[in-house]
Amino acid sequence: MTTVTTQHTSPRRTGQRRLGSHLFLILAALYFVVPLWWLVVGSTKTNSGLFVGSGGALWFNDEFALWDNVKQLFTYQGGIYWTWMRNSFVYAIVGGVGSTTLAVLAGYALAKYRFRGRNLYFSMLLGSVMVPLTALTIPTFVLLSQLGMINTMWAVVLPSLLSPIGVYLVRVYAVDAIPDEMLDAARVDGAGELRLFFRVALPLLRPAFVTVLLLTTVATWNNFFLPLAVLRDPQLLPVTVGINQWQTLSNAGAGGEQVWNLITTGALVSILPLIVAFLALQKYWQGGLSLGSIK
Amino acid sequence: MTSTTTERVAAPARTRRRRAGQSLLDTKRQWWGWLFLAPFTVVFVLFLLVPLGYAFWLSLHTQGIATGGESVFTGVANYVRVFTDADFLSGMARVGRFVLVMVPLQIGLAVAIALVLDTLATRLSQASRLLVFVPYAIPAVIGALMWGFLYSPRFGPASDLFGVFGLDAPDFLSRDLIFGSLVNIVTWQWVGYYMIIVYAALRAIDPSIYEAAKLDGAGNRAIAFRIKIPMIASSMVMIVVFALIGTLQFFTEPTVLRSVAQGAIPTTYTPNMYAYSMAFSYSQFNYASTIAFALGILVFIGSYVFLYATRKQSGLK
Repeated sequence: MTTVTTQHTSPRRTGQRRLGSHLFLILAALYFVVPLWWLVVGSTKTNSGLFVGSGGALWFNDEFALWDNVKQLFTYQGGIYWTWMRNSFVYAIVGGVGSTTLAVLAGYALAKYRFRGRNLYFSMLLGSVMVPLTALTIPTFVLLSQLGMINTMWAVVLPSLLSPIGVYLVRVYAVDAIPDEMLDAARVDGAGELRLFFRVALPLLRPAFVTVLLLTTVATWNNFFLPLAVLRDPQLLPVTVGINQWQTLSNAGAGGEQVWNLITTGALVSILPLIVAFLALQKYWQGGLSLGSIK
Repeated sequence: MTSTTTERVAAPARTRRRRAGQSLLDTKRQWWGWLFLAPFTVVFVLFLLVPLGYAFWLSLHTQGIATGGESVFTGVANYVRVFTDADFLSGMARVGRFVLVMVPLQIGLAVAIALVLDTLATRLSQASRLLVFVPYAIPAVIGALMWGFLYSPRFGPASDLFGVFGLDAPDFLSRDLIFGSLVNIVTWQWVGYYMIIVYAALRAIDPSIYEAAKLDGAGNRAIAFRIKIPMIASSMVMIVVFALIGTLQFFTEPTVLRSVAQGAIPTTYTPNMYAYSMAFSYSQFNYASTIAFALGILVFIGSYVFLYATRKQSGLK
């Protein structure tokens, strides 16, 4: 490759271009990382140290209060922060695993079974990808409140099971990933349809499964509008809504209600699980996120 | 779409071959298809079709003091109201402006970074790919909170940074600058995700095409714009649709920033915020549903028109 390049451009120009590219990347990376750096630094400061400190906004103060802040997360309002974290985990895992399971089953059916109404079903599915899900939140709230399910975990978990985009992604992937011949051969050998799904289809669909699981888990973990609308009990809130309440109170209230140090530390602790998960699962999501590109 | 077509083309040969004994089995197999679809269909009906239908029903009715607390059929009255409501229209115009600024900015930046990454294979480029992506793993609420702190004159580094040059820091949370401040937050949050999609699409291109182009005398720029970008058009269409739908539903970031910038962000800032405040501050669920449904229709039309206009690029015919 380099030999071909040097035919047209001198090595020095290529070198300059590489330097320019790297500078561009460093600047871009800085832009994306500085807010996180601020959060890391901010979570080591005391409540007042966030305003007046020896280090300024982007550097540590002399006083290192991270462990005190974490300890305070356990005691403030009876450690409600950890209840929020647990809720977030429950919502994200149940919503993620549940919607992914439904999406894999449905995507497989749409890709590999021929039945009446399939094309109509698929067009409806494609159309529903374009329906903004937040537009459904208010009518869902009214419906759930008539069923007496407002202010329960179900109000967050059940609507999170819906992932039309997940079905679409699995369907697109399954069409090519599972050869019809393979299914037919297994059928000739006498395998039932359930066995086909678990033994033949599911292993082949693993990359799609992981990608959809990641997308839906992140979506549920990040959800804000739905839990904000359907939950009132502080004990049921996910961590996103909970920390936002602290922030609103800290801005409005005075003295004891101002817990800036808990907001920064709580925010930092809450983003760690997903960052760790993304780093650990790199090889799965890096290729997988391009799945959706329409072929 | 192309895949469906190929199936249809390939199907006759196969079915002709074994139509005789297969029809019975095929009908049986049809049921399996529906069985696998059933769990998703239940959720689809309960949490998409029913709320959608119910929102429409609510939007055709009015309930309030004027109607004596009864739910009364009022036809399109709510729609007449919403499409002449200055708050709704200004909110729509605002998210429209967000689309015009934010979508090209995010996609442009994502494609630029992906193109640069695609030409490099150094440790630094791999590290920066991860760092650019990290904000995607951070909930929008937390992202908005962090930027709220950074913008704040009390906590943020702005006054220090501008102080170095002897300048006063601008108030990022003021009425004049809040638009740009919000654009920045969303860009920061989503560029990494779009970049990864574009990058993966670029990696899927057969590099021998570039060799051929180079032999024909194409420079790096020509390869990027004439070969790479056209070849990843379908991925680009997809992320533009994602960005479009997401931006029109704008809610989380302005809602979070409201507590630090109340003067600059009214409750009617975006249509979704307007619907939320109508529902939960004023208990006007009928009108809130009308706003949500009207927004839904506009988003649907917007993305449909876009997909139709780009059907050649996306291969979605």
